[in-house]
Amino acid sequence: MTVVHENLKTAEAKMSAKDVSVFYGDKKAIDNVSIDIPTEYVTAFIGPSGCGKSTFLRSLNRMNDTIPSARVEGTITLDGEDIHSPSLDVVQLRARVGMVFQKPNPFPKSIYENIAYGPKIHGLAEGKDELDEVVEKSLRRAGLWEEVKDRLQDSGTALSGGQQQRLCIARAIAVDPEVILMDEPCSALDPIATAKIEELIDELNGRYAIVIVTHSMQQAARVSQRTAFFHLGKMVEYGRTSDIFTNPIEQRTQDYITGRYG
Amino acid sequence: MSLTLLLLLALGLGLAGWLAARARAWSFRRASPDGRLASLPSYHAWYVALWVILPVLVFIGAWSAIAPGLVTQAVLASPAADQLPEFGFQRQTILNEARAVAIGAAQGVFNPLASEFVQPYREAISRYNWIGILVTVLIAFLGGMYAFLRLKPDFAARNRVEKIVMAILLAASLVAILTTLGIFVSLVFETIRFFGMVSPIDFLFGTHWGPDPMANPDNPDGSRYGAIPLFWGTLFIGAIIAMIVAIPLGLMSAIYLTQYAHPRLRAWVKPALEILAGVPTVVYGYFAALTIAPAIRNFAISLGFSGASSESALAAGLIMGVMIIPFVSSMADDSIAAVPQAMRDGSLAMGATTNETIRRVLIPAALPGIVAGIMLAISRAIGETMIVVMAASTAANLSANPLESMTTVTVQIVAMLTGEGSFDHPATLSAFALGFVLFLVTLGLNFIALRVVKRFREAYE
Repeated sequence: MTVVHENLKTAEAKMSAKDVSVFYGDKKAIDNVSIDIPTEYVTAFIGPSGCGKSTFLRSLNRMNDTIPSARVEGTITLDGEDIHSPSLDVVQLRARVGMVFQKPNPFPKSIYENIAYGPKIHGLAEGKDELDEVVEKSLRRAGLWEEVKDRLQDSGTALSGGQQQRLCIARAIAVDPEVILMDEPCSALDPIATAKIEELIDELNGRYAIVIVTHSMQQAARVSQRTAFFHLGKMVEYGRTSDIFTNPIEQRTQDYITGRYG
Repeated sequence: MSLTLLLLLALGLGLAGWLAARARAWSFRRASPDGRLASLPSYHAWYVALWVILPVLVFIGAWSAIAPGLVTQAVLASPAADQLPEFGFQRQTILNEARAVAIGAAQGVFNPLASEFVQPYREAISRYNWIGILVTVLIAFLGGMYAFLRLKPDFAARNRVEKIVMAILLAASLVAILTTLGIFVSLVFETIRFFGMVSPIDFLFGTHWGPDPMANPDNPDGSRYGAIPLFWGTLFIGAIIAMIVAIPLGLMSAIYLTQYAHPRLRAWVKPALEILAGVPTVVYGYFAALTIAPAIRNFAISLGFSGASSESALAAGLIMGVMIIPFVSSMADDSIAAVPQAMRDGSLAMGATTNETIRRVLIPAALPGIVAGIMLAISRAIGETMIVVMAASTAANLSANPLESMTTVTVQIVAMLTGEGSFDHPATLSAFALGFVLFLVTLGLNFIALRVVKRFREAYE
């Protein structure tokens, strides 16, 4: 039922899901999804609204745990280690698998404190100097340093929408994760801010494994190297982005990317 | 009762106006070529009804204030009035008796002279009743006609009605503000009278409280009016001991209920906690006096504190703290729950534990609500009287030992006002000065709290 393109089989997996199903109460939101997420590429999840792509993304760092009725079946591994195993607790998992949300959600603290939050709770920086360094490095990587370096003590919520989203990316980078999950990071942004985020994703590509959920097929085509198409809770097709967009195997994928539905 | 009658009359006339205006608006509507009016018929109806009722209500309010005076004057004009004693208590008693018989509230008179006035009273009351009814009808008619004649197909009745409604709402909010102002002004006047007899310096800085309501009022002993022990007792019991109990317990229960508890448990525990706020304070008072205070004394004695009193500040403070837990927890609960889920998710996704998320993100964002709850709780604790009377005694005592008996400002206000002193005795008037200073203190606390919140809050969008 799921078509996985042959030429992907050799890629090295950073995260790997096997027969994963997610339930909200009795409702099955994700049905038996198996996928390997590579270290060195950007992977895009596309599909119509309500197809379960965000749900699946949230199960990769166990954010579904915060929803009382949600339940995950199957195995998900990070570097071969089961993320639900007692030896890997959820705090460590989320430090290694960071997340950026659909709507920018900076904390109502200063820009500096927003970035310093993660390093502080994980004890990644000793002393003020080291913390300053981490903050600067993260902001530089997120391409925000030049814009905010003179007002680090201003509130993070006072920034523009696009800046807020880059602040959230910088916040995620600050704890030095291995994987960054992005849940439609540009859906609340204008085209210019979107372009900046896409540029940033390009720059981060290779340093972190990145998984991005997006509504925009153009965005998936622009930023990703791997694309998975989801429909009605199932993963329909998974392959190189260029193959998915030019040469899909499944009819449903073809219909979706040519705009027949969704 | 003539007042009820007048009110019913006003409502009936209003209803008549409402129906008449609606019928008229409908007739406009049928006559107009496109079947449309500037306002719906019901707005025309309300416009007229309000014009009937509101002036009448104003008149009834004024009439019920002046009519009794008019009646009394009419009675005093009767021939029997010459036999009345000139002034004072007796004269009033006789008139009251006659009036009670006249309106049927009493069977017969005690004072023979009063029977002379029963008939004049009956006549005057019935005369002024009729005058009241006539004027009511007249005013209703004039108001109704004025409004009714203005009705036209293009009359903007909707806008007028909206304006009148706004004025009514404004008046309603003014009532509360004016009442507060009135309370404040009356406090100020009595306080000034008190400070004319006792020096403010003695009152504010003296450390001995023990007014003697039997002493000569013309030459009060200022050294007995030192309010420091009372304010200390108030702060110690209400703002220190009670808060040491209520703030941690209230906050922690709010955090547990919003962040950890299963929704089904929360649905039970939250209302159960709020029941605490509904228990009458006198019930808390006897629980404190009969159970907690003796237990504390026995415990203190077993630890070797021989001077422990059976009425202690600690017992009152502890129970007061329990009483105000719901104020703290309910407000904190609401404001923590109001912090957007996105903040929580953002923090959890960084790998923060629930506990870190609460301490570093949720509480700072919910701070205004939390502080508001604490302020409410402190004002409630400072104003609390019953628990202190029953558990901490009425003896003013300047001490930092929670095992000693103490008293608070509000307890002394009650003691002074219900004491044996005459109303213009400085001991009685001191109650107003105490109330005034307490009012200023709580106002100041609120002001400081607002500033603190502004400084430290982390506002989310």
